[in-house]
Amino acid sequence: MLGLIGRKLGMTQVFDERGVLTPVTVIKIEDNQVIDERNEEKNGYKAVVMGAVDKKASRASKPYAGQFKNGPPKSVLVEMRDFEGEYEVGGTLGASLFKDVTFVDITGTSKGKGFQGVMKRHGFSGGNKTHGSKFHRGLGATGMAATPSKVHKGTKMPGRMGADKKTVQNLRVVKVDEERQFLLVKGAVPGPRKGIVMVKKANKK
Amino acid sequence: MDLVQAVEAEQMKENADNFRIGDTVKVHFKIVEGQTERIQIFQGIVLSMKNTGVRKTFIVRKMSYGVGVERVFPVYSPRIDRIEVVRRGRVRRAKLYYLRKRVGKAAKVNELIRRRDQIKKAGE
Repeated sequence: MLGLIGRKLGMTQVFDERGVLTPVTVIKIEDNQVIDERNEEKNGYKAVVMGAVDKKASRASKPYAGQFKNGPPKSVLVEMRDFEGEYEVGGTLGASLFKDVTFVDITGTSKGKGFQGVMKRHGFSGGNKTHGSKFHRGLGATGMAATPSKVHKGTKMPGRMGADKKTVQNLRVVKVDEERQFLLVKGAVPGPRKGIVMVKKANKK
Repeated sequence: MDLVQAVEAEQMKENADNFRIGDTVKVHFKIVEGQTERIQIFQGIVLSMKNTGVRKTFIVRKMSYGVGVERVFPVYSPRIDRIEVVRRGRVRRAKLYYLRKRVGKAAKVNELIRRRDQIKKAGE
């Protein structure tokens, strides 16, 4: 697996040489530092621990800061399982990692929508607005009667929506800029602007 | 947002929109037919401009065999070879959608007549 920590900067459009407009998301690759590695003998699996975005040393607890032997503590800390690329602990990785990658999966935290009803949250169809209807946006029945005489767990109901970890798969990489350390990826990416995202080489391509 | 704007600025040609609403323009548009590429000219009145940044577009209207034809062009499209201003128009509105309802002589835009020093000042 290949992956880096990035920051969503926003969306725009780019023309290709044929004049076709493509909607793209600009993802800034943060200064990814390899903090540590996990190996078979000690941990039972192979992974690279990657950190990005500097954090004030005074704000980090001692056990947390103790992980960072080369430089200041980082606020984002991720393990990348079975890392394919070349790296050394303490070194940094940049956008050039995606030079030969055509498709990526992007994971981020989606925008929070607050407390929402079932129509928005679960796509229920709702009832008629008019024609004497008294059922508009409600959820209707939530279960059966005397048996089981309870509402089953997991029943779709109103509640908090958004702010979940979401992955969008198979987004085409339009451009990799090694000088300014950013990626252009076709399509939308979860999360708000300036949100932290994980960019990984596509799993299914 | 700087980087997003930088990505957009890279694609923007300078002086691509050197025309105004109401001008009669010739748009030299590249058309790809299989392997060959040729330039087609679309001449008409600029009705409106919309959006900003790389997404900026304009509408050109012409009468073709008695039928009104409108085309939307992206200003910064690489397929636009160049835009030639044939005639300056004197208009008082930013969107000339009223022309769509007019027929014949009423559907025209007066020419913008300027003194020589005014043209010089505008830098054309």
